[in-house]
Amino acid sequence: MGEVTLRAVRKSYGATEVVHGVSCDIADGELVVIVGPSGCGKSTLLRMVAGLEEITAGEILIGGKVVNAVEPKDRDIAMVFQNYALYPHMTVRDNMAYGLKIRRLARAEVEARVRRAAGILQIEALLDRKPRQLSGGQRQRVAMGRAIVRDPQVFLFDEPLSNLDAQLRVQMRVEIRRLQQSLGTTSIYVTHDQVEAMTLADRLIVMRGGVAEQIGPPLLLYERPATVFVAAFIGSPAMNLLPAVASEDAVVLAGGARLPLPADRAGLAADRPVTLGIRPEHLVAGDGPATIEVRVELAEMLGADTILHGRLGDGSLLQARLPGAERAQPGERMRLAVDPRQLHVFDRESGKRI
Amino acid sequence: MERRRAAQDLLPHLILWGGIAIVAFPIYMTFVASSLTQEDILAGMPLLPGPHLVANYREALFRGVVATSGISVLRMLWNSLVMALIIAVGKIFISLLSAYAVVFFRFPLRMTVFWMIFVTLMLPVEVRIVPTYQVVAELGMIDSMAGLTIPLIASATATLLFRQFFLTIPDELVEAAKIDGAGPLRFLVDTVVPLSRTNLAALFVILFIYGWNQFLWPLLITNSPKMTTIVIGLTQMIGLGEGRTDWDIVMATTLLAMLPPALIVLLMQRWFVKGLVESEK
Repeated sequence: MGEVTLRAVRKSYGATEVVHGVSCDIADGELVVIVGPSGCGKSTLLRMVAGLEEITAGEILIGGKVVNAVEPKDRDIAMVFQNYALYPHMTVRDNMAYGLKIRRLARAEVEARVRRAAGILQIEALLDRKPRQLSGGQRQRVAMGRAIVRDPQVFLFDEPLSNLDAQLRVQMRVEIRRLQQSLGTTSIYVTHDQVEAMTLADRLIVMRGGVAEQIGPPLLLYERPATVFVAAFIGSPAMNLLPAVASEDAVVLAGGARLPLPADRAGLAADRPVTLGIRPEHLVAGDGPATIEVRVELAEMLGADTILHGRLGDGSLLQARLPGAERAQPGERMRLAVDPRQLHVFDRESGKRI
Repeated sequence: MERRRAAQDLLPHLILWGGIAIVAFPIYMTFVASSLTQEDILAGMPLLPGPHLVANYREALFRGVVATSGISVLRMLWNSLVMALIIAVGKIFISLLSAYAVVFFRFPLRMTVFWMIFVTLMLPVEVRIVPTYQVVAELGMIDSMAGLTIPLIASATATLLFRQFFLTIPDELVEAAKIDGAGPLRFLVDTVVPLSRTNLAALFVILFIYGWNQFLWPLLITNSPKMTTIVIGLTQMIGLGEGRTDWDIVMATTLLAMLPPALIVLLMQRWFVKGLVESEK
């Protein structure tokens, strides 16, 4: 019903190509988050699905039909914009009803749909207000209400929470997820916030420079990032990426520390330059099969956790997320251990996972 | 504390009252003159109104004077009103549409078109009056309301203002309307025009007064007394050389001529103050 398919979708502005062929199948009812730094083409991709940008090459299918040449209004989609894009001179009710009125739905039907959507979003009391009389969070709800009343095949969200304050953002995030699950409507959600992406998504598309670096469920991307970029982008604090050289059954850090690899990962060509990734939360104080020694520079005591900033022998930085009970003094030498199974090895040149 | 504030308020008030007196005094004198007889005025102006107010206005409004070929001021006011309304509404309509096209649509030579419109700003009626007259004459529009108004409508005054305002309408709003299924005309009527209502009110006032005060063009294009506008009529009443001037009637006509623009300003002021208070976003 509400499947969306991207087939090698490309977008160029003149000679500059900004989306270099993205393919993805989105199942009915799935919430897919497109995440990436600014300028990576994620909004452009969403706007192509919406029909606000022309598709230079490739195909987009909604509900099994190619929509490349279909007007936005006929694509059976609804979009929630970053700045809400409410009509400032219309009441909340009229804002929500506008699209339905244009579609010439019966007056009673329009009223019933607006009532129902307002009920779901708990904005019945605001129906006669104008957007300027609403707070940011309320405007956000109205913008979602406008999408809900249309009962479309696909919801498109373009960074809908980035104008809200941090606390409200967390609350609305939960609400959007709950709403999407109860309505069961296929959704594509664009954000630059990786926490938002991780918590909302059934599947993530991590984009960088117009290319989909990796597509998959959030935890898969966390556990098995396909590239150095995905590894660094997903997770907070960010993954430590250290230059190293592979030998047969281990990697040797630039500073000299030798970290053995698990048996099933051994067999790398010797002397191959690699980037070693270690998540800060996978480091523990003490000795283990793979141990690194650092000189402590700073310890951020956050209560539950202590974020340790250390420096390796060769001067590269290492962050470790240790239990809050750990105490460390600047200048102190400390040994940190990591389970070899949680080491990520990437090819230094291509950045691809090995 | 209270007293000091009162003293501080005094000076601004004095300056304001002084300003009002300077602006209002000639208008007051016009009013006084319109309530006297010709003889009273020529004998030296008193500072207080006389008893002939109603009689003078009645004569001006309904009878007219010899100098204007017996056309009543009421008729002239009507001509001016129709002309000013057509010019104001016509200009707004044309400017709104052209600015809408220039801002919201992509078409070849878009900026060239905009600059062509813009350049006409530098060619006011007076500069292009001879060719314009010839065109109007050849189209057979001399001495008609169409000939009077159409050449004045076709100018760029408001296009630039509307363009600047339209540029402030966020793209997302345009896109939301596209997804809602509103076509270009629908978006114009349902969203752009309501959002522009303060600009519309302000422009209407400016353009109405512009139309009302037109002198040179109506002087050229109208021949028959029936087409005389109030501004032309007023100048005709003031006899040149040996002609007799009924100053009491002239003064009454002057005040009558001021009335419609003043009313428009008063009415529209309430509108755009409301618009400003309710300003969006």
